[in-house]
Amino acid sequence: MTSRRVFLKGSALAMFGVGALPTWLSRSVYAADGSDRRKKILVAIFQRGAVDGLNMVVPFGEQRYYELRPSLAIPKPDGTPASAVDLDGFFGLHPSLASLKPMFDAQQLAIVDAVGSPDPTRSHFDAQDYMESGTPGFKATSDGWMNRALPPVAGIGSPIRAVSLGSSLPRSLRGRNDALAVNNLNDFQVRDPKAAAAFENMYEHTLDTTLHGTGKETFSAVKIMQSIQKQSYTSANGAKYPGGRFGQSLQQIARLIKADVGLEVAFADIGGWDTHVNEVGAQPAVGQLANNLSDFGQSLAAFYQDLGDRMEDVAVVTMSEFGRTAKENGNRGTDHGHANVMFVMGGGIRGGKVYGDWPGLAEEQLNEGRDLALTTDFRDVLGELVSKHLGNPNLKAVFPGYESPKFRGLIG
Amino acid sequence: MRSWVLAAILILPALASGKPAKAVDDAKRQAILYQKKLTKDQQIVHALDRLTFGPKPADIARVKKMGLKKWLDLQLHPERIPENPDLEAKLQPLESLRMTPMEASQHYPAPQMIRAIAAGRQPLPDDPVLRASIQRLIVRYKVNKNKKEDDTEMEPAKTLEETLAAPELNTLRNGKPDQKRALLESLPPDKLEDVLVALPRGQRQQLFNNSPVDVQRRIMLLNAPQQVVAYDLLEAKLLRAIESNRQLAEELDDFWFNHFNVYYDKGSDRFLIPEYERDAIRPHVLGRFRDLLEATAKSPAMLFYLDNFQSVRADIDANSKNRKVKRGLNENYGRELMELHTLGVNGGYTQHDVTEVARCFTGWTIQEPRRGGAFFYNDSLHDKGEKVVLGHVIPAGGGIEDGEKVLDILAAHPSTAKFISTELAQRFVSDNPPPALIDKMAKTFLDSGGDIRQVMKTMLDSKEFWSQGAYRAKVKTPFEMVASSVRALNASVTDAWALANQVGNLGEPLYRKQEPTGYSNLNSDWVNSAALLGRMNFAVQVTKNQVPGVKVAASQPAEMIGSPDFQKR
Repeated sequence: MTSRRVFLKGSALAMFGVGALPTWLSRSVYAADGSDRRKKILVAIFQRGAVDGLNMVVPFGEQRYYELRPSLAIPKPDGTPASAVDLDGFFGLHPSLASLKPMFDAQQLAIVDAVGSPDPTRSHFDAQDYMESGTPGFKATSDGWMNRALPPVAGIGSPIRAVSLGSSLPRSLRGRNDALAVNNLNDFQVRDPKAAAAFENMYEHTLDTTLHGTGKETFSAVKIMQSIQKQSYTSANGAKYPGGRFGQSLQQIARLIKADVGLEVAFADIGGWDTHVNEVGAQPAVGQLANNLSDFGQSLAAFYQDLGDRMEDVAVVTMSEFGRTAKENGNRGTDHGHANVMFVMGGGIRGGKVYGDWPGLAEEQLNEGRDLALTTDFRDVLGELVSKHLGNPNLKAVFPGYESPKFRGLIG
Repeated sequence: MRSWVLAAILILPALASGKPAKAVDDAKRQAILYQKKLTKDQQIVHALDRLTFGPKPADIARVKKMGLKKWLDLQLHPERIPENPDLEAKLQPLESLRMTPMEASQHYPAPQMIRAIAAGRQPLPDDPVLRASIQRLIVRYKVNKNKKEDDTEMEPAKTLEETLAAPELNTLRNGKPDQKRALLESLPPDKLEDVLVALPRGQRQQLFNNSPVDVQRRIMLLNAPQQVVAYDLLEAKLLRAIESNRQLAEELDDFWFNHFNVYYDKGSDRFLIPEYERDAIRPHVLGRFRDLLEATAKSPAMLFYLDNFQSVRADIDANSKNRKVKRGLNENYGRELMELHTLGVNGGYTQHDVTEVARCFTGWTIQEPRRGGAFFYNDSLHDKGEKVVLGHVIPAGGGIEDGEKVLDILAAHPSTAKFISTELAQRFVSDNPPPALIDKMAKTFLDSGGDIRQVMKTMLDSKEFWSQGAYRAKVKTPFEMVASSVRALNASVTDAWALANQVGNLGEPLYRKQEPTGYSNLNSDWVNSAALLGRMNFAVQVTKNQVPGVKVAASQPAEMIGSPDFQKR
């Protein structure tokens, strides 16, 4: 443990010189002494393609669910692996998410149902864009909610305050605060030191503001990453991440959190949810959606295990652009719908409960007669996390135009 | 606490006044730049930057000598430009590019096809070489099926020791990559085949990266024949971008394929895409938009990708026991057709229009969709009721013409003219093209009945295109970055497979954008630290001759290719 902090301290001193240590660094370098409170970290997960929330968290207590989905509905909990995992006598998890049940039981996983964006669009692109900008219905917003959610810093912020896993920076993290897209922590370097020095100099002096800014972020982040790369990483507490891209993304976020390099917000996404056709296989609990959910659930469970006590500082929130039609279509699938479900997980979360007002699935209760109606705005959930978890009270700047968020009491 | 208060004081007035003062200044400065002309030399650089995949070393002098006007006119009429014979020779072995989807699915079968042939449900191909390789795959499949293990290999006709002399065998096992490659190149075809068959599967795959093109094809045919189609597509895309004399047509092929995006990994699209790009996209890149639109609407690749091939009139019982025909109305194509292909998301349509358009396209399907069949209209699945699309009544009792009328309405719609003009201007002029330019292009679009060549000509005749506002204002996409590097270095390419993988590493894998949006035309969506590092690392590799299949003659510094300036066009 000491060696990493020594490396970090060494490279930090080399970068900034003695006496000019930025606060995030002094905090992270000295965090082990308990001299300063560790920063809270918010991890946002985007399920791109509109996940079928009604099969992710199954309203098995409502008979109408079974009428609307004769070939898709997950059977009521009966203890068999093909049936829903009971949460509270009305809702149950898809059996492929059984790995998350222990977190729900430990009251560290909360579920918010009938939640989403109030904008009626059924375009993936627009709905994702609205959710990521945090301004539904308003296209001109140029930055993302998560970038605006970063609390102001005094002095120089950590170049890895805000990180997205993947080769492109998502809309959520774009904006005036530095944010980083990282494909793989170990590859985050220029492989030829001589060329690296030349590039750094060129990007430092280019007149192109975009390339200058991105170049600067890149090279200061490279220096920090080099200190992390020197340590090999093994997951703690026997956590086993699935081999797919999503599991690997979460593992790298865990690694960044444990390295104490000033991470405050992180973003990862997982696709493949646009299940118009063959959402289920031979029976409802297997097939396309089940496979994807199992990757999703096991990755989150591994992250939770790997972080162990560090989950005290971490909140994870999941979202998807909209839900899917309550009624199944003719292709054993579902079409674009409206409200959906969000998960919130972390040490400080009042979990073990399904939040939100359940609107019901009777025809007159459905949005436009076809989709789950919306009773919670996604900004209520994100706003509560930004304000109470990240400690940024300026919600009007994070979600402009959203005057009065109603917190659900996810954080005590 | 003090910093919080201070920040709040600074932020609040800016929010209250709407646009901050700086943004207004920037907009003014930008507007002035679009009025400022380019010098003659800048014009040539600009034309090559924008209308080609980057200049090769001799290009600037060549265009100067020919005259910019003449060069532009030729690029707008690619059929008058003789194609590069070297390129044509390199495309010749990529035979899946010329096949029908059915031929491609049979010649380069996926595992399920191998199973079907093994079970006698599908015929063996006639071509003797293919027949032999597929028979080998069937044997392997049968052996695996019985043993339930993946590492089993069938008995080769001849062992390696019987085929190769001792020194050759030593080279193959312990030689350097270059020596192995030279050995493989020196073997006569039948001996080469014996060697490849005798190698264990894993070792065969290891040879792949450093093998000549024909050996790579043989390795794929032995290991995973369905990969040949992707291989040919990627090779052709890169080779054409790098070596074609018809550069603008290739830029537009990339533009229109991306506009009408389909995704390689979605089911049958794996073997439908060669036909799609060849017959639906490429013939129309400078043609009439209406023709391009219909070609994509009737293409099996698009029908499969956006699920329309399964969309049928809603009154067919969705829960019928008869699962032979998939049932139900599917809105996916109807929505994306308006949002992404024609009107644009703000083009003035409603959810009701989406449903009505979807009804018009019911019965537009594919014959034998899993085997590579052609477009086919099935009247019995078509919704015969009256539809109203964007206020136009489409009377009851229609057939295939219902969908065709929708295409007429959409192709002639002012929103489409504006949307397509905006997208072209974002690709060729700047991220925020001046509205006056878009208006001019949209007017040409409407006046000419959607003639893409005329719209491009309007753009190329505009002062905005030839202005300081546009000059070097775009950042290259990953594909443009990789192709332009090879062109700028005057590198020779024997095989573009590794280059195509580099494009993927930089964030935009070719033929693999899953969402129907295609890749963004805007800089802000691909300039980020991971991509920037990727570009610098590519610069290091390509200049050190570390990218297989690409040779740079004299040693060149990585700095040029990785520099900020080179990322722009």
